[in-house]
Amino acid sequence: MDHEFSKIAEKVRNGERLTWDDGRILFHHHNLPELASLADIVRKRWNPENRVTYVVGRNINYTNVCWVRCKFCAFYRVPGSDEGYVLPKEVILEKIRQMVENGGIEILMQGGLNPKLKIEWYEDLFRAVKTQFGDWGVILHALSPAEIIYIAKISKLSLEECLLRLQNAGLDSIPGGGAEILTDRVRQRIAPYKDTANEWLECMRVAHKIGLRTTVTMMYGSVDTWEDRLEHLMRTRQLQDETGGFTAFIPWSFQPDGTELKGSRASGFDYLRTVAVSRMILDNIPHIQASWVTQGPRIAQIALSYGVDDFGSTMMEENVVSSAGCSFTMPIDELEYTIRAAGYQPMRRTTQYVLLPLGVPENSPYLTMHPLKSH
Amino acid sequence: MEQQHILSSLKGSSLWSIAEKVWSSERLSYDDIVELFRYPDLNMVGYLANTVRERMHQTNTYYIRNQHINYTNICNKHCQFCFFAKNPKDGGPSPYLMSMEDVENAIKTHMDVPISEVHIVGGINPKLPFDYYLELLRTVKRLRPGVHIKAFTAVEIVEIARVAGMSIKDTLVALKDAGLDSVPGGGAEVLSDRVHDLAHPRKIGPNEWENVAREIANAGLPQYSTMLYGHIETMEERAEHLVRLRKLQDETGHFLAFTPLSFHPEGTYWDHLPAPTGDDDLRIIAVSRLALDNIPHIKSFWIMNTAAVSQISLWYGADDIDGTVHEYEITYPEGHIGQKRQILTRTQLISMIREAGRTPVERNSFYQIVNEEP
Repeated sequence: MDHEFSKIAEKVRNGERLTWDDGRILFHHHNLPELASLADIVRKRWNPENRVTYVVGRNINYTNVCWVRCKFCAFYRVPGSDEGYVLPKEVILEKIRQMVENGGIEILMQGGLNPKLKIEWYEDLFRAVKTQFGDWGVILHALSPAEIIYIAKISKLSLEECLLRLQNAGLDSIPGGGAEILTDRVRQRIAPYKDTANEWLECMRVAHKIGLRTTVTMMYGSVDTWEDRLEHLMRTRQLQDETGGFTAFIPWSFQPDGTELKGSRASGFDYLRTVAVSRMILDNIPHIQASWVTQGPRIAQIALSYGVDDFGSTMMEENVVSSAGCSFTMPIDELEYTIRAAGYQPMRRTTQYVLLPLGVPENSPYLTMHPLKSH
Repeated sequence: MEQQHILSSLKGSSLWSIAEKVWSSERLSYDDIVELFRYPDLNMVGYLANTVRERMHQTNTYYIRNQHINYTNICNKHCQFCFFAKNPKDGGPSPYLMSMEDVENAIKTHMDVPISEVHIVGGINPKLPFDYYLELLRTVKRLRPGVHIKAFTAVEIVEIARVAGMSIKDTLVALKDAGLDSVPGGGAEVLSDRVHDLAHPRKIGPNEWENVAREIANAGLPQYSTMLYGHIETMEERAEHLVRLRKLQDETGHFLAFTPLSFHPEGTYWDHLPAPTGDDDLRIIAVSRLALDNIPHIKSFWIMNTAAVSQISLWYGADDIDGTVHEYEITYPEGHIGQKRQILTRTQLISMIREAGRTPVERNSFYQIVNEEP
């Protein structure tokens, strides 16, 4: 262990906040087990129990119509395209019914910036969801800042008015999608028509202010440098100091297939280091989620000792990164098996990280067939 | 002491006493090895393995430019863990046998690549005459005279001796004359009678595998070693496998490397078993580095482990990432993410290794340096 790293290790052990320079050193450190052992200290400070949480939920992409044309996206269709769709309310309600039947509680709903969908469309949908499924505890974790900013704009509302109306209609929580990298240098190159870093952060600030909890993502591995990633982490940490509204941080890597940006996939090494550094820098965010959808179950499991303490949603379906050549899926019993095989106790949770009882049947082959897992 | 830093919080733990042995180059016991398989904190085990890896190889990470030839998938062994083998009577999908013309074409396809090793293995197809195997070796050597041929697992060698009607010893001499340079490590699976009886009862058992390995060593051929893990074997059986290999190596000294092979359930008789996890993959690498103090290299075979896990394993004890692997057929029944083409280019391999802070070194089959890096 070199001198600079030892000094950082000392700070992490003492619970001191890390600086930009510390971040620079960590983003250039190669010894993975060393990074893991430090990130694990921060993880244990937030989550002393030996458990890994996840939420049973469904991903619904209500529309793929989007005019923003982000260069890293293979999911969108521009307005007027023959392949564009908006899911009818009945279809969305049916999908939610299926989720409820499978014991799910979280609807993660995101789509595109569709000029035809004003706030009334969302209010109507959210009310219908809550009327039909409110008694089942269904949680609406929906609409990333890019969508909210756009809905406010075309509905001629302020951000706060827009968020309050959505909240009144049933919105419970906001996914931290579309953060990409929160520096305008990167946003200009990969998503020039999207909201700026400040606009994204402002939307979250207002959401937190009116009592909504949100996550925050980082899509790395496109044109970003370590400086961009570190700036993203620093700006996130700063807003969290101010509001305390972020529940979890979710780093995931750019999936190039079929996108305008093209390029290569970030590696497993890069993912683990990025996760570990994020856990150490973001000393004020309670949870780090694995992105098993982009990394696969093997790397997601390894990440559990690099600061990750949550496996996110069971998804049921995934349409966005799978259109960019990434199609990992995991049934619940495999997800729990993967967590157990690394020596952790899987626990279900709500979107707000309230723990729930376990639900996988005891006769599942993943829990009983394998004789190896004794630690 | 540098390596004590990250582990120092573990003083008094079971891992600490193992670490003290490792730092004084003392051999680990069977019980130590079982404990390493069970120890909850994988990173600490990995960290310790990495200190040994760096003591032996510094930051060097070896790779090779190689080509695989899987000459037939027709096999009468019915191993429970295999997706590749096809018995003609099963009516399963497309059994094949490569003719010498097919072999020529496979070699000619990659003549523009400076491949230094051709790796040849196949099923146990009882119809093949002795001449087929000899001709296979001669054909490859005729087209690429300088290439190293690593061919025929111990199981195949037993079969070849049977059809030749010769002793293992004489068979090896004949194969060597025809061009055989070294023997791959496959077919050992797990060196345990229990696993053998359940998983691959029609194949040679652990004692016979070891005897064939001794014959290979006596014939002056180097060999590689493997373990197929993540199916029904216990931690104790994994440890036993490593101890047996270590003992054999004390006797023969002919093993160059150890490669753990990750079981892939899809398409096998055992497709109801869960696949090994990332924890398994890294742990086997780390524990084998610590246990096998007399085998020089630990290889993470990226085709089975995925490129991502192999790259990470360079910090958990692995010093070899195999090669560019043209035309490998055995592991994947269909395209998986990132493995649609069973090939990584040399540029990709080098950049994977460099990104992880390691030094790429192109090697030949004897782990001699082939080229200084560009």
